[in-house]
Amino acid sequence: MQQITRELQTWQNKIEAEARAAGLDPFETRFEMVDWDEMNEVASFGGFPTRYPHWRFGMEFESLQKGYTFGLQKIYELVINNDPCYAYLLKSNSLLEQKMVVAHVMGHSDFFRHNLWFSHTNRRMIDEMANHGTRIRRYVERHGETVVEEFMDACLSLENLVDVHSVYSPQKRRPRFDVMEVEEPAETPKKLKSKGYMDRFVNPPEFLEAQRKKIDQAVKKKKQFPEHKEKDVLLFLLEYAPLEPWQRDVLSIVREEGYYFAPQGMTKIMNEGWASYWHSKLMTEKICNDSEIVDFADNHSATMGMRPGQLNPYKIGMELFRDIEERWNRGRFGRDWESCTDLAERRRWNTNVGKGRQKIFEVRRIYNDVTFIDEYLTEEFAVAQKLFVYRFNAQTNRQEIADRDFKKVKQELLFHLTNLGSPIIHVVDGNYQNRGELLLSHTHDQLDIELAEARDVLRNIHRVWQRPVHIETHLEGEKKLMSFDGEKHHERTVAPA
Amino acid sequence: MVKKIERDFGRFRQIVRGKIRKELRKYITKGEFIGRQGKSVVSIPIPQIRIPHFRFGKNDQSGVGQGDGDVGTPLQEGQPGSGPGAGEAPGEHILEVEVSLEELARMLGDELELPRIQPKGKSTVISDKERYTGISRVGPESLRHFKRSYIEALKRQLALGVYDPDDPLIIPWREDKRYRSWRVKEIPHQNALIMYMMDVSGSMGDEQKEIVRIEAFWIDTWLRSQYKKIDIRYVVHDAAAREVDQHTFYHVKECGGTKISSAYALCNEIIKRDYDPYEWNIYPFHFSDGDNWGSEDTRHCLNLLDNELLPKCNLFCYGQVKSAYGSGQFKRDLDEHFGKDERIITSEIRDKEGIYDSIRDFLKKGK
Repeated sequence: MQQITRELQTWQNKIEAEARAAGLDPFETRFEMVDWDEMNEVASFGGFPTRYPHWRFGMEFESLQKGYTFGLQKIYELVINNDPCYAYLLKSNSLLEQKMVVAHVMGHSDFFRHNLWFSHTNRRMIDEMANHGTRIRRYVERHGETVVEEFMDACLSLENLVDVHSVYSPQKRRPRFDVMEVEEPAETPKKLKSKGYMDRFVNPPEFLEAQRKKIDQAVKKKKQFPEHKEKDVLLFLLEYAPLEPWQRDVLSIVREEGYYFAPQGMTKIMNEGWASYWHSKLMTEKICNDSEIVDFADNHSATMGMRPGQLNPYKIGMELFRDIEERWNRGRFGRDWESCTDLAERRRWNTNVGKGRQKIFEVRRIYNDVTFIDEYLTEEFAVAQKLFVYRFNAQTNRQEIADRDFKKVKQELLFHLTNLGSPIIHVVDGNYQNRGELLLSHTHDQLDIELAEARDVLRNIHRVWQRPVHIETHLEGEKKLMSFDGEKHHERTVAPA
Repeated sequence: MVKKIERDFGRFRQIVRGKIRKELRKYITKGEFIGRQGKSVVSIPIPQIRIPHFRFGKNDQSGVGQGDGDVGTPLQEGQPGSGPGAGEAPGEHILEVEVSLEELARMLGDELELPRIQPKGKSTVISDKERYTGISRVGPESLRHFKRSYIEALKRQLALGVYDPDDPLIIPWREDKRYRSWRVKEIPHQNALIMYMMDVSGSMGDEQKEIVRIEAFWIDTWLRSQYKKIDIRYVVHDAAAREVDQHTFYHVKECGGTKISSAYALCNEIIKRDYDPYEWNIYPFHFSDGDNWGSEDTRHCLNLLDNELLPKCNLFCYGQVKSAYGSGQFKRDLDEHFGKDERIITSEIRDKEGIYDSIRDFLKKGK
């Protein structure tokens, strides 16, 4: 790893100045030069070379190494959401490629800094990751490599059981159970003051009865545990599972890193789209000289290329930002535009309001992929980008284009983006059957969960919870309860279809 | 430089090899040893260990893609479309890479820590080997690099102002053209003969033959990487032996008794007739389930090995495939007779998983 060359430094300054002039406001960004196996190493660690030891980073490394050696893939750039922002440049890249990457990174760095969904991420994550590494290494020394690794594997198997939205909502955290809590006096229905003969009318008995029922329900609910179903399964386990202190810490590390990486998953299309929009704009308008433009076009089109049948987030994101800019420049929004059904008029539509630039900055501030696609993916756009839904055809045993209907395309896309493409799972009861067993529930929508794997996950949850665990789900149209009691797996039908 | 990743990488390799954390083995996606086999490339899976998650199951086989085509058009083979986010998590798919046989041999060598073979005899013809490594401005038309030439021509036309976006016709001049260039590497020239013998008596089932097929493929690949010229001969035997071609070798179904000596005698004959041991490095491999017809024949085999075959060969390998019917006696007889003789290696192959170890047994001596 080494500092960037003076020549590149000059270019970085120039590109950064142009980016700021265009309205971007990136973190201070530091570039380092690495060769390809260093790049692969850093990338395997998810960008953090100081991370805790774990075999899956080695697995990632092998696949990146082989991918590079055999020309399947090459990591051009790697950028870390941190303040200051760190980015890695591949030594073997040409100067033109480096400039392009620097411009691209400016987009990412600005996005990290200003997109709402990143606002809760730790901007000193490089230090934090190093701390995690130190702590885990200490546990490894104390308790043995295999013991810690086995527990880690169990935790990693649950890493997607978090509530990625919880950090953004000011909902109050449930207080932890406290034995010294003062018992509150039982609540009674509140009566309005009235004279005796009017009481029957001012406080009608039906009303009092309804009030009492409500209170009873509230009391009952309080006895439930957790009070409301909890999507942050990891948090629930952290607070209530009977874990050793080191185990609790390992679990909390996995959870914390999960929350740190979650926004990158939630804004993949936007983030890449934003960076691509800006590298293309800066390079073509400000940075490239005449002799470079052909090579830039070649590189750029390689990044934007669509393999048949695959959705390229760089491409879709960039085109969507361009589309939004164009629409807001020409006033193609608002009620008049929406209600206009005359195709010819729509095609000509231009009010010259010129709000495009302002609009895309607003969009990069407050949207994530789900809301971005939901709000801005228009039918015209879907047609222009040739989007389709594909499905597996069991008769021909291959993936086939199934539909080009706009609504279906959008629905399908949103479905895969929702909850980062994972099944939605809550903790429903931490004292199931009054025996301290754990009941989870899967909110079933269209798709079943993978049965064999779900069994293994239950086993891993059991490892943490140390009492029998259950999950309610639907399998092939039947409501099922899957259980693991520490020795045996068990599935039973709760309600037939 | 010792890299940080080495520790995690080493640990991962150990898990994959089944040395530690055996409970994780069931999550390893490995697939078949040989994937699709093209002309000179094979696709091999990169091992991945899948950490189990709650995830959508088999009916999650739809997504959004981009491109041309009517409803019903299949997506391209081997390129499942992916919804956004898919493919982000490692271990989502079985990764496959296409590698040349040469690469494959190198990987096999690394994987099994095989030493390079020290050929015997006088070698010494030096032969040339070409590799395309660079780009040059001159060369024969057959080596023209289309894309590089196109880009040069495009740049020139843009610079001269003769490029018309509405009629993007690019006509390369001679100065635009770029050609692949090559470098010559000298390698010593050695010859080798691989002689495969397989027992096809009734007790060898399809599964056993499949194991032999896979193992033979890897041995071929390795030896090919070590020798410039390789001859391969195939012999099958039950109670009598005969020479066959490759296809027959793997597909023949015979039954009947087993007389191993018949194969050894035939092998000896072929060597005598066609391959001078001073010119050739000779590797006989014999696969059987270990059943032989009586100790009389076994004695005959040992005799042939002692007096005829072993003095001529670099290495004689005997692989015993486990089958439901075989007694496995033959390996015991060989081991007893030869003890620690370095010229002969015996190995027992229990199942497909055992192939790796068996290949290592055979080739680790570097002879």
